[in-house]
Amino acid sequence: MSENKKKLSLIVFSGTIDKLMPVGILASGAAAAGYEVNVFFTFWGLNAITKKSMEGMQPIDKNYEQFGPMMMQKMKEMNFPMWTQLLEQAKEVGEVKVIACSTTMEFFGIKRDDLAPFVDDVAGVATFLDRAEGGITLFI
Amino acid sequence: MAETKIAKTLDAKGLYCPGPVLETAKAIKQINVGEVLEVVATDPAAKPDIEAWARRTGNQILDITQEGGVTRILVKRVK
Repeated sequence: MSENKKKLSLIVFSGTIDKLMPVGILASGAAAAGYEVNVFFTFWGLNAITKKSMEGMQPIDKNYEQFGPMMMQKMKEMNFPMWTQLLEQAKEVGEVKVIACSTTMEFFGIKRDDLAPFVDDVAGVATFLDRAEGGITLFI
Repeated sequence: MAETKIAKTLDAKGLYCPGPVLETAKAIKQINVGEVLEVVATDPAAKPDIEAWARRTGNQILDITQEGGVTRILVKRVK
């Protein structure tokens, strides 16, 4: 890997839609601009990438609950893609690795097969830090 | 500028961030190095975003015009 390759790494801790949307936007924008992107889903974030969770409506942060229906309606009118679609597009245009946290999987009894197809690896903190080294890292 | 030959036009009107940038990144791969992509967008972020994207990816912006809420950008594929 070249030294000057730009990297963006996201630690996705939250499982509410208002936090997951920027994950999709940042990951796809960075991938389009040639960044190497690592997205590490942990805790509530990990719960958001199970096949089961993605079938239904994902929750919005309790503090902003009142804005939920209005936001979803507006997003539909704007024809704005879901965050998972953005993540998939990010993988199409760039170098994106989606990592699921192994410890969280054990906490919640989630199996590899329960996870969304866009997940590349199941790994832990050492793998994430190794991949994120030298780049920008955000905790979301 | 009038003589610039456009290899492909991307209609990104009605798309919002990150749409125009994502579609530009896809479209640039569909033309050859040295050719010019025309991007037409209505997102107010399209100008600064595609400029930043071009700097980051090493492609060249040849021209930007804005008229009535529509931004037209000519991008030359450099690599």
